[in-house]
Amino acid sequence: MQISGAQMVIEALIAEGVDTVFGYPGGAIMNVYDEIYKQDGFQHILTRHEQAAVHAAEGYSKASGKVGVAMITSGPGFTNAVTGLADAYMDSIPLVVISGQVPMSLIGTDAFQEIDAVGISRPCTKHNYLVTDAADLARVLKEAFYIAASGRPGPVHVDIPKDVTAQIAEFDYSKPVEIETYKPNIVGNPRQIKKAIEAIANSKRPLFYLGGGIINSNAAYEVRELVKKTGIPAVETFMARGTLAHDDELLISMLGMHGSYAANMAMSETDMVIALGARFDDRVTGKLSEFAKNAGVIHVDIDPASISKLVNADYPIVGDVKNVVAQMLEKCSEINPDNYESWRETINNFDELHPLTFHEDTDRLKPQWVVKRVGELLGDSANISTDVGQHQMWAAQFYPFSRPRQWVSSGGLGTMGFGFPAAIGVKAAVPEKISINFTGDGSILMNIQELMTAVEKKLPVINIILNNNYLGMVRQWQTLFYDKRHSETDLSVQPDFVKVSEAFGGIGYRVTTKEEFDIALKESVAKNVVSIIDVVVERLENVMPMVPAGGSLFNMMLLEKKEK
Amino acid sequence: MTENSERRVVSVIVVNEASVLSRITDLFSGRGYNITSLTVAPIPDSKYSRLTIVTSGSVRVIEQITKQLHKLIPVLKVYEHADLVEKEMALVKFPITENISDINAICEAYNGKIVNVGNDVIITMVADEPKRIDHYLEAIKRYNPKEIVRSGAVALER
Repeated sequence: MQISGAQMVIEALIAEGVDTVFGYPGGAIMNVYDEIYKQDGFQHILTRHEQAAVHAAEGYSKASGKVGVAMITSGPGFTNAVTGLADAYMDSIPLVVISGQVPMSLIGTDAFQEIDAVGISRPCTKHNYLVTDAADLARVLKEAFYIAASGRPGPVHVDIPKDVTAQIAEFDYSKPVEIETYKPNIVGNPRQIKKAIEAIANSKRPLFYLGGGIINSNAAYEVRELVKKTGIPAVETFMARGTLAHDDELLISMLGMHGSYAANMAMSETDMVIALGARFDDRVTGKLSEFAKNAGVIHVDIDPASISKLVNADYPIVGDVKNVVAQMLEKCSEINPDNYESWRETINNFDELHPLTFHEDTDRLKPQWVVKRVGELLGDSANISTDVGQHQMWAAQFYPFSRPRQWVSSGGLGTMGFGFPAAIGVKAAVPEKISINFTGDGSILMNIQELMTAVEKKLPVINIILNNNYLGMVRQWQTLFYDKRHSETDLSVQPDFVKVSEAFGGIGYRVTTKEEFDIALKESVAKNVVSIIDVVVERLENVMPMVPAGGSLFNMMLLEKKEK
Repeated sequence: MTENSERRVVSVIVVNEASVLSRITDLFSGRGYNITSLTVAPIPDSKYSRLTIVTSGSVRVIEQITKQLHKLIPVLKVYEHADLVEKEMALVKFPITENISDINAICEAYNGKIVNVGNDVIITMVADEPKRIDHYLEAIKRYNPKEIVRSGAVALER
């Protein structure tokens, strides 16, 4: 079939089963947008900023498990999208991001809206392509989707010069992908798995350390079974929230910098860490030399480079965690759950000593209460996105997650402005669930323009601002580590968020009491239009407990005890 | 725990395509790894090129380097050499007024010779192990070398 490069892009997206593309047109990508105008194979959602297009594609991908697709133009269109690429790269989110480029004859001439896009995206993508001949497009796009979704997932960037999208060439999308140099290992070595199972059976205080790789490989239900059968307690990373249901007796909580005391103590006391799709991030481990000091380490990961990168693995297993957990399930009858009864009791004692909680001791609402209340009212019926900061940690700590892909947050890169566009992508992917974005008064302003997208496309995201008139997390560090010098973190000067939302055609509520909050949330759910619930919360609340950066997990700053 | 840094030679076989060299060097700079020398040339009758990278780092760092290199899509193979034959070439320009027979004798001791004689300068070429090249360059200092160029090491597993 002889078609133009632009038509090839459309044909490839349809062949890949893409139903939603997020994007923003511009000069160098116009040929492709002209073809988007003519087709009806997928919907295009026009965001109001290229960064938001990529975050929306991330949210779409995280909620649906499919490859997210974003489209942007050259130059500033592309550079705006870079934060999204980097965010997806850090959190291993499969994306294909297609950018226009100036015509080949102008590349290198400092042409209008020219930038070395593949040079910029190289360190923040899994792979990238500059397509110089339309005859390569079918192969490149097919490889891009394959590379994005296989192995350790990640974003792939395809940069296409304008003359290539105009060029007519042969298009055949039926050829299977054959990349000689890229063959990810997905099945775990059976001998290593046998040894790991033996090591677990011989351990006294084993602990599952569940990571985001479980979500990426759709392995949560297999992991739930493995945890149940073995009776081994589990901690989740921030990225793994929802792997186990919140009411699973063997789920301790989240570990790490703002993990629970019990989770961090369990990690400090364990004699066998069973890491599944987790990467020993510095926010999780604290001081490396003190991390799980007396434990053997079993590390299951699809990325060999993640294994023994920071913590030496005694039992490295390279493979897709879904396959490896299935392999482990076949062998796990060797493990006797009764052996760990006193260990489980020890952990329960840790939790009773310092439970994950907060005190309602001020006139203003506590931000944690808001998160808990949303959990009580909406629970499983909502998907939860967040921005970055204190509200994000409170959401991770206090929302009662019940399923994988319910939780969408920027973990690795920590991108303020992620939440709202991501929640738009989540809503586009899973319209039957309510899409909540927990955000802060700092973060929400970083992509507030997406109110327009949500209104236009009728994607009724509910933004809940935990408004403390501070850039809260930085303020917390300043309070704790900079002798209360709150440098440039006081956000007392703010817009009227209710009016902002209304100006775009959404709805808004300013809330100061529990009763008002309940009404605002219920009305937002019922009215089915984008909403901002601006909740006035306690200004100086800190996220607790906390492991100071570089400190040991067992040395936490704890919530002060209060007499009841 | 302090980990000792050691010199290692890593060979990388890559698909011979646009920007593949940047992918490799970006990886080294982005992750803070050292490159002491780097040579690259196409492998005859194939679509691949071979890079020889001399680097240094602790055992853990070297392991990460090989794993991270392997993660790059166009990388076919990564060899971290233990037992290898390693050679490097050096070209040196001397004033013709220096003692040419002495220079020639030294070159011969390092698998080399005079490869060009002009009106004002001579150019010598030696090829030997990188450490021996260091010695050679030390030895010829007294003959006022005008310009020195080293090729970087190439290596093959024994």
